Amino acid sequence: MKKFINNNDDFLKESLTGFGKAHSDIINVNLDPSFVSRKNKTKDGKVSLISGGGSGHEPMHGGFVGHGMLDAACPGFVFSAPTPDQMQAAAEHVDSGAGVLFIVKNYSGDIMNFQMGAEMYSGKNDSIVTNDDVAVEDSTFTTGRRGVAATVLVEKIVGSLAEQGGSLEECKKLGEKVNKNAGTMGVAFTSCTVPAAGKPTFDIGDDEMEFGVGIHGEPGRKREKIQASKTIVGNILEAILDNLKPEKNEKNLLFVNGMGGTPLTELYLVYEDACQILQSKGVQVTKSLVGNYCTSLEMQGASITLLKCDDEILKHWDSPVHTAAMRWGM
Amino acid sequence: MSVSFLISQAKSVQKVIDENSAEIEILDQKIGDGDHIFNIQRGLKLVVELEDSIKDLPLAKALNMIAMKVLSGIGGSSGALFGTFFMTMAKSPDLDKDVDFNKACEMIISGIKAMKERGKADVGEKTMMDVLIPVSEKLNELKNESEFKLGLNEVIKIAEERMLSTKDMLATKGRASFLGERAKGHIDPGARSSQLIIDTICKSVINN
Repeated sequence: MKKFINNNDDFLKESLTGFGKAHSDIINVNLDPSFVSRKNKTKDGKVSLISGGGSGHEPMHGGFVGHGMLDAACPGFVFSAPTPDQMQAAAEHVDSGAGVLFIVKNYSGDIMNFQMGAEMYSGKNDSIVTNDDVAVEDSTFTTGRRGVAATVLVEKIVGSLAEQGGSLEECKKLGEKVNKNAGTMGVAFTSCTVPAAGKPTFDIGDDEMEFGVGIHGEPGRKREKIQASKTIVGNILEAILDNLKPEKNEKNLLFVNGMGGTPLTELYLVYEDACQILQSKGVQVTKSLVGNYCTSLEMQGASITLLKCDDEILKHWDSPVHTAAMRWGM
Repeated sequence: MSVSFLISQAKSVQKVIDENSAEIEILDQKIGDGDHIFNIQRGLKLVVELEDSIKDLPLAKALNMIAMKVLSGIGGSSGALFGTFFMTMAKSPDLDKDVDFNKACEMIISGIKAMKERGKADVGEKTMMDVLIPVSEKLNELKNESEFKLGLNEVIKIAEERMLSTKDMLATKGRASFLGERAKGHIDPGARSSQLIIDTICKSVINN
């Protein structure tokens, strides 16, 4: 393992402290319990949005704390859900009286810890669970689909509504709509290495890829020989379109997300392939996002998310945002 | 059950888990993401380190402190589940009176029931509950018996059989559920760590 590391026990604390210093104009980092919050207090009457999850997906979620997006983020250990006391402390710190909406990715550990945090927090609160990963079959008696890259879009769009004075109920409703309108699927070329483990999470041949991979290197649909980008992108889009079934005249946001180890050059190539394929199928792309937003440490690979947009979603996507990882309009 | 019993069990379990850490890590890398063993080891270390602050406390307070430590120090599914387990045990009635075998069984049974509700997982889903639920059922049969040490040998056997039975299961809960058929052929790492914990504690009770 080759990583910038001093010792394992301090890995997360040192990284969070550096993150706090690098973006001290936007956020504060609290340690023990760990949470990232906005530098400025949540304004009275504004619903507070709190997300969180295991670390290793940076910039998600700490990088999305700031105007127009989250009010706080709770980072767990690498790939492990954060603990309920973090959610409780973050909620107490940011709630301005309008209530707290927890945004949770559908992983068992995240669900349980956020539930406990919500039970421990005495103020008004509610939760939404994202589950955009179409690689996994949805079912009511299983854990179901994973919450992955579309969580970024949910946080941006609901963050805008909260900034504009939306109520807790309205924020939850919009978040659920965005989640339902989004589909994601990823592919990995290499494994990631959890610092505490010191070795790659999974073995994969030089000529192989994991199709439908999750954001922790957990396996996906199948292991295949690597193919041309157009073929890979075509297969991913087929799975997403099967699931989302966008209408011909519907507007869509196309989000190409890097897993951490793939250069932007390749991500833009993926974007171009995806645009061509979608155009040939009559699917309109009106908004774009390309970059490393929901990563899996140093894994090479990418995910593609398609989000069907109505006017409400488009308006909140375009509105100003100022966070460490996403900034426009201000 | 007493505070000193809890501390000595935590130390024995820590030793056994450390000895088997490589195996659990590999199981988790096959069907999970490899964090389970680090979470369990971190949790045990934190509990063992609590010794000085809990050794003179009443049982309910000590259990509560263990619960909070586990809940805030582990993370992931294990932190929430084991935190729930200890928190439920701490809420048992009459902990200021002597806690005999019967009472201890009842505490463990209610702790496992709360874990089942928290994780919404039942037997047959390839999780730690495949070991814990049958163990809890057996303790319920045993709790009123005077010759309970004989019965604990059966608990050890049940835990091992149920741990091994997760090998051929499809996972429907937790991170392994994303694997479908590919999860078959691997023992669930949470079932293995739970079985090791039960094995260690039962043997220690039998030998004392």
